[in-house]
Amino acid sequence: MTIHIKYFASLRDRLGRAEDRLPLVGEMTAAEVWATLWPEMPLPPNTLIAVNMDYAQPAQPVNDGDEVAFFPPVTGG
Amino acid sequence: MRVELRATPFDPLAELARYQANQRELQGRYGATAIFIGTMRDYNDQSPVTGMTLEHYPGMTERHLQRIVTAATDEWTLLDALLIHRVGALQPNDPIVLVAVWSAHRAAAFAACRAIMEELKSKAPFWKREETTTGPRWVTHNTPG
Repeated sequence: MTIHIKYFASLRDRLGRAEDRLPLVGEMTAAEVWATLWPEMPLPPNTLIAVNMDYAQPAQPVNDGDEVAFFPPVTGG
Repeated sequence: MRVELRATPFDPLAELARYQANQRELQGRYGATAIFIGTMRDYNDQSPVTGMTLEHYPGMTERHLQRIVTAATDEWTLLDALLIHRVGALQPNDPIVLVAVWSAHRAAAFAACRAIMEELKSKAPFWKREETTTGPRWVTHNTPG
């Protein structure tokens, strides 16, 4: 029962790592995943969330084996 | 239709010519081709930029680019579309992105090409990290247009 977490770009630099793993305990939302991993740090404003490579809202539930990503606004093109 | 990430420099006009020549089903059918080429500048926010790294989210980036182009082909009557986007290390003057759209008439081609670029800028997970004379910095937002 594990959730895989990824961080990208400036957020990864700020956090000092690109990935985390978290045991899934009961029901959890994407926002709760962040709060569990970074209890001292509110999710930075404008942070985007993806669950299994689709954009997600903070309240989206996550399931065992899901990949949850947190990243800053995108700047491609 | 082709959507591709490219880790090395590319020549957009040569890519376009090669792709179009190989699309047999396009021949004789298209009346309009709209093209957008994005190129790296050597300045941003009033300061010189000497290099850039384009980071992406492997898997999610490809999926979203594919969706963006598919959505455009659903919305407009297009004959074909080609999208190539760089990742990795770039130098000023390097092409970043090529979008080409083929249709029978100009309205669909212009509109779809513009829409693909706008969707890409706001949805596709890419992040630019610029090298400047005072060190690296992350680009934090897109220009309005």
